[in-house]
Amino acid sequence: MQKSLHIDPNKCTGCLQCEMACSWENYRSFTTAKSRIKVFSFHEAGRFVPYTCTQCDEAWCMIACPVDAIRLDPATGAKIVLEPTCVGCKVCTIACPFGTINYVAQTGKVQKCDLCDGAPACAKACPTAAITYVDSDWTGLDKMRQWAGKTDTNQATA
Amino acid sequence: MRHLIIGSGPAGVVAAETLRKADPAAEITMLCGEAGPPYSRMAIPYLLRGDIPEAGTHLRKDADHYARLRIQLVQASAKAVDAVARKVDIGGRSLPYDRLLIATGSRPSREQIPGIDLPGVQACWTIADARALLAQARPGTRIVQMGAGFVGCIIMEGLLSRGVDLTILVRSGYMVRRMMDATASGLLRSWCEAKGVKILTHTQPTGLTSEGGVLQVALANGRVLPADIYLSAVGVDPNLDFLEGSGIALGQGILVDANLQSNVPGIYAAGDVAEATDCLTGKRQLNAIQPNAVEQGRIAALNMAGRPTRFKGSFVFNVLTTLGLVSSSFGEWQGVPGGESTEVLDPAHYRYLNLQFEGDRLVGANTVGFTDHVGALRGLIEGRMRLGVWKQRLMADPTQVMQAYLAAAHSLV
Repeated sequence: MQKSLHIDPNKCTGCLQCEMACSWENYRSFTTAKSRIKVFSFHEAGRFVPYTCTQCDEAWCMIACPVDAIRLDPATGAKIVLEPTCVGCKVCTIACPFGTINYVAQTGKVQKCDLCDGAPACAKACPTAAITYVDSDWTGLDKMRQWAGKTDTNQATA
Repeated sequence: MRHLIIGSGPAGVVAAETLRKADPAAEITMLCGEAGPPYSRMAIPYLLRGDIPEAGTHLRKDADHYARLRIQLVQASAKAVDAVARKVDIGGRSLPYDRLLIATGSRPSREQIPGIDLPGVQACWTIADARALLAQARPGTRIVQMGAGFVGCIIMEGLLSRGVDLTILVRSGYMVRRMMDATASGLLRSWCEAKGVKILTHTQPTGLTSEGGVLQVALANGRVLPADIYLSAVGVDPNLDFLEGSGIALGQGILVDANLQSNVPGIYAAGDVAEATDCLTGKRQLNAIQPNAVEQGRIAALNMAGRPTRFKGSFVFNVLTTLGLVSSSFGEWQGVPGGESTEVLDPAHYRYLNLQFEGDRLVGANTVGFTDHVGALRGLIEGRMRLGVWKQRLMADPTQVMQAYLAAAHSLV
């Protein structure tokens, strides 16, 4: 059974432990600006929404990459950026309609969630279980994928 | 089933791979117009800059990739298509097909000025062009570049990294005017000038001559610029010449239907040569960008393999790095009649974000210096998502794009 990140924004307190854990895992520094999972603040509603790549089947980033620098990890289903191969052209960053693959100026490469080889640091670090790593059937993954395809029918909410 | 693909750029390669998955028993042949493995023109700027070896430009990195997928590569250019006999003339012999994909891409537009055939005049489009530039461009080499569009801008960093003396001629008043508004374009210009590039707007040459091996670029105002290299980068045109007399209907490109099939059953087109319908305007147009090429290659291949699949329409967008300054454009960045717009501008830090709305939908955007989560602009625009209350919030603070996206697309807030 493949697993995926499940995000429940209702449980997020905005503590940013996930961002700290992600940047530590990937850069050995507590630099939330480098995190691949981002917690978005909604001041009006007083809410926080953690958000990162859903490892979508369409793999917009992977198919758009002109130099074959994004590969599928068959074990986790993650789409992984091969840093030495990435030239930093950023085509993937505009191709991904979710905004979850981003350019890092310091490295000249792009980065995205790679599910930490099947042990996501963000989920481990989350103190309120707003981010969990569970069997895909249990997550809202399909729902999130459907959202991506929404067109005129969706109702925006406040 | 014999599938023949003309062209080995991103559209052709993705089509071949998709065909193999969808039709395991099919014969798949891909015509490669250039020598060497299929490569990406998008990677050429990084080759010029010395970041990667030539192999780093290859579209697929495994040497046996095509053999493993039983995709036969034939190094040849198509000379003519016989749609009745179902064969393609490749000069001296012809290849039969059951399904044909035309994915021949673009070539640099040719300037119509005297002297354009002189030695020292060249384009920067193919890997052979890049090799020639790498061989010639040394510290102090005088390069006069005509054009500051996408290609003209993306190669500047590689050229400057070689220490050349670069002068850029721009026919219009704006750089990258096909993807950037005047404000964004102005930021790019001042950024380039601050890095030592000379930019002459409202300028184009009247002719080229050669004196003692040095090109003389004559301008309309009487000025003459000496140049070791004249780099012509005035845009691209689709490769369609070989289709003359084929019966395939052409406009600016190959006119295709929602399945990316031409007027001739069994003949499809993808990438720069395909004139498909725009998903926002409903108008037919060319859309010569990498993500469009791969998506069309994939959809055309599914249809060729007998799996009817509709192309949901071209989406116009692009991302450009000009001497390290990142800019992007999405959809109807020029705005629409009766629409509204909002922007933030910080010229000192070369940051700019402009959003264009129609009702409570985002329809276009231009960015300079913003790179985080820009893909969500595509999601919002192409998905035609209703923004509701987020429209006014974005009008007040355009940088809240990701929050608006999460609210509109995912109903998370």
